[in-house]
Amino acid sequence: MSTLLSVENLSKHYTLSGGLFGAERRLDALTDINLTVEAGETLAIVGESGCGKTTLGRCIIQAQPASAGKVVYRPKAGGEVELSALNKRQIKPWRQDIRMIFQDPMSSLNPNMRVFDIVAEPLRIHKICKGRELEDRVIGTLAKVGIPAEAVGRYPHAFSGGQRQRIGIARALVLDPKLVIADEAVSALDVSIQAQVLNLLEDLKSEFGLTYIFISHDLGVVNYIADRVVVMYLGHVVENAPTEMLFERPRHPYTELLLEALPIADPLRRKGRKAEVRGEIPYLGNRPQGCPFHTRCRYAQDVCRAEKPALRRVNGTAQEAACLFAEELELKGAYEDGPVKVLHEA
Amino acid sequence: MTKPILSIADMSIVFSSPDEADIEAVRQVELTLTPGKTLALVGESGCGKSVTARAVLRLLDKNALIQRGSITFEPKGEAPVDIAELKQDSLPLRAIRGNQISMIFQEPMSSLSPVHTIGDQIDEMMIIHEGLKPKQARERTVALLDQVGIPGARDRANAYPFELSGGLRQRAMIAMALACKPQVLIADEPTTALDVTTQAQILDLLRQLQADFGMAMLFITHDLGVVAEIADEVAVMYLGDVVEQGSVFDVFAAPKHPYTQALMSSIPKMARKADRVRLSPIKGTVPAPKDRPEGCAFTSRCPHAFEPCPTIRPARTDLGNGHHARCHLLTRVPVEEPA
Ligand SMILES: Nc1ncnc2c1ncn2[C@@H]1O[C@H](COP(=O)(O)OP(=O)(O)O)[C@@H](O)[C@H]1O
Ligand SMILES: Nc1ncnc2c1ncn2[C@@H]1O[C@H](COP(=O)(O)OP(=O)(O)O)[C@@H](O)[C@H]1O
Ligand code: SF4
Ligand code: SF4
Ligand SMILES: [Mg+2]
Ligand SMILES: [Mg+2]
Repeated sequence: MSTLLSVENLSKHYTLSGGLFGAERRLDALTDINLTVEAGETLAIVGESGCGKTTLGRCIIQAQPASAGKVVYRPKAGGEVELSALNKRQIKPWRQDIRMIFQDPMSSLNPNMRVFDIVAEPLRIHKICKGRELEDRVIGTLAKVGIPAEAVGRYPHAFSGGQRQRIGIARALVLDPKLVIADEAVSALDVSIQAQVLNLLEDLKSEFGLTYIFISHDLGVVNYIADRVVVMYLGHVVENAPTEMLFERPRHPYTELLLEALPIADPLRRKGRKAEVRGEIPYLGNRPQGCPFHTRCRYAQDVCRAEKPALRRVNGTAQEAACLFAEELELKGAYEDGPVKVLHEA
Repeated sequence: MTKPILSIADMSIVFSSPDEADIEAVRQVELTLTPGKTLALVGESGCGKSVTARAVLRLLDKNALIQRGSITFEPKGEAPVDIAELKQDSLPLRAIRGNQISMIFQEPMSSLSPVHTIGDQIDEMMIIHEGLKPKQARERTVALLDQVGIPGARDRANAYPFELSGGLRQRAMIAMALACKPQVLIADEPTTALDVTTQAQILDLLRQLQADFGMAMLFITHDLGVVAEIADEVAVMYLGDVVEQGSVFDVFAAPKHPYTQALMSSIPKMARKADRVRLSPIKGTVPAPKDRPEGCAFTSRCPHAFEPCPTIRPARTDLGNGHHARCHLLTRVPVEEPA
């Protein structure tokens, strides 16, 4: 596989205007993020709300500037482009290659535009085509996501949540992108519709040779769809590993905590975790010294409060973790080999 | 077996609107709650979960009518009351609401006041319903906040809701719902907006509190994982019908209704890549209540639909051990195999 995109030492902080005493405060939303996205893979980004997933997605598509670091894109034709160094005009052609799909299709679709125009708009902005050709391309893309030609004259409110998400996907795909960033794209959908959209995303991926960054807080869906998983905590990457390795034996205690908290749809595997899952995420403004996870970590030692662990390979494998004890700790995965059960009888 | 504390029998709820036909949002529902046990009500959005729950406290919108059926509440040592028959704002109803039966929601701010401290709000419940003196009430409030896992309870009692994190606010709402030691707790998607880690804590907390207080719980969710985690019994709703219900173990081990089966194959299994199966989603979308098929509500999406389904509503079929489902397949007379 070849690297399609890399994020190098990326940081993003927000400056919050002062409260009562007027002092400005700095909120570190992303700290020194390093990761690569390989061509053709589905890379999931997971973590609790507020850990920086959306900010990272927005920094990658250059919807907002990073405070430090680089985003480098390697187009198929060869060479590399440092997206983060380009100005508005220079970046425009690359915006066709990297597209984003959002959680709430209603707020990302203009309610006053017909579906046809919503999907046609990117083609018009980028002056890709017009007239008959544009029409064919819009209708063809909508058909691919399951929106029939006779519906293209309607407005977004006339569609269900699942259909609106399909329209959002069509809008992203109409420019023939290489990389699609899906930010909680199925999180708001009912399960039966979520399953339809997940299958659709998989089919489109193989049909168009897409690469996905799949941002989600649902680890069940992530295990199903992703090739590799990046776990974020408080603006840091704490683990980065092939999906099966991570779910089999996580190497960061925070990943273990997330897996442990995940409810499994099988009462025979009920966990009754009791007190194991504990602690709240500290406020980003009050980041702990040392390991950012030490305030919640059940394995924390004195050294964890002093020394900040770097993200590093564990035992030379493809699994990376930012924990001082990644090699020693025997953390629990999610594939419990419980009793084998037949769920469906004919 | 423990006697049920709340029995909903044959309950239908109809919404009327000036310019459209009436909508029967909940149809002939049967549910029983038992002390110390949790019944989970699961289904996709709009299927009637919240309407069912709100009916129990008579918190329905003005255009709603409990058209048929009863809601029998029978607390220990008291005569049974049919909540469906009580007058809105009557004394007996107010004595039940928030006191013997209380409710928690997805959004804590729907039950917490933003302008009072959480301590004052919980104190007030105890002062009104149990006639405690303010000092006594505060002692109990602090104990309760401590019990629901709010660190530094005595100080935090003086906090306003906005000063607490999402998880702590959820705990404060739970404390308020438990202020008068209710015998029934109705929880309408209390963990839906929370992160998994906070959700796991709240589920543990509710389980623990149920063990301490012995209350019956009606737990509403759209997440089958949460059902498997917390429920003793489960009822699956689709377009106003309870299509299947029974012990959580029976229903998950062998779902009998095609909708329950389809829901279960819509969620990814926690499996290794080698054992991965492609999801098989339910085709189409839920029809609007006005387009509901006359017979079985699931007809338009069911892969097994046959002759009687579009026109005849399936009966509630007893499958033994309290397991029930509404599907014609269950009463179909087997056809002779051709020789
Ligand atoms: N425009 C902004 N101004 C200030 N803080 C922000 C802004 N956008 C996001 N944040 C903060 O940055 C952190 C990361 O947010 P976000 O990337 O949205 O997290 P996630 O998508 O993982 O939930 C949060 O603490 C959030 O409050
Ligand atoms: N005030 C109302 N007026 C008309 N119909 C209503 C009203 N409230 C609820 N409904 C109907 O009841 C159905 C069930 O709603 P609800 O119980 O809230 O669903 P959920 O299962 O998502 O909690 C809705 O699909 C809607 O048709
Ligand atoms: S470095 Fe220490 S505190 Fe951080 S995750 Fe590892 S064991 Fe826990
Ligand atoms: S009654 Fe018919 S349509 Fe309804 S679930 Fe059973 S087989 Fe399907
Ligand atoms: Mg986000
Ligand atoms: Mg609801």
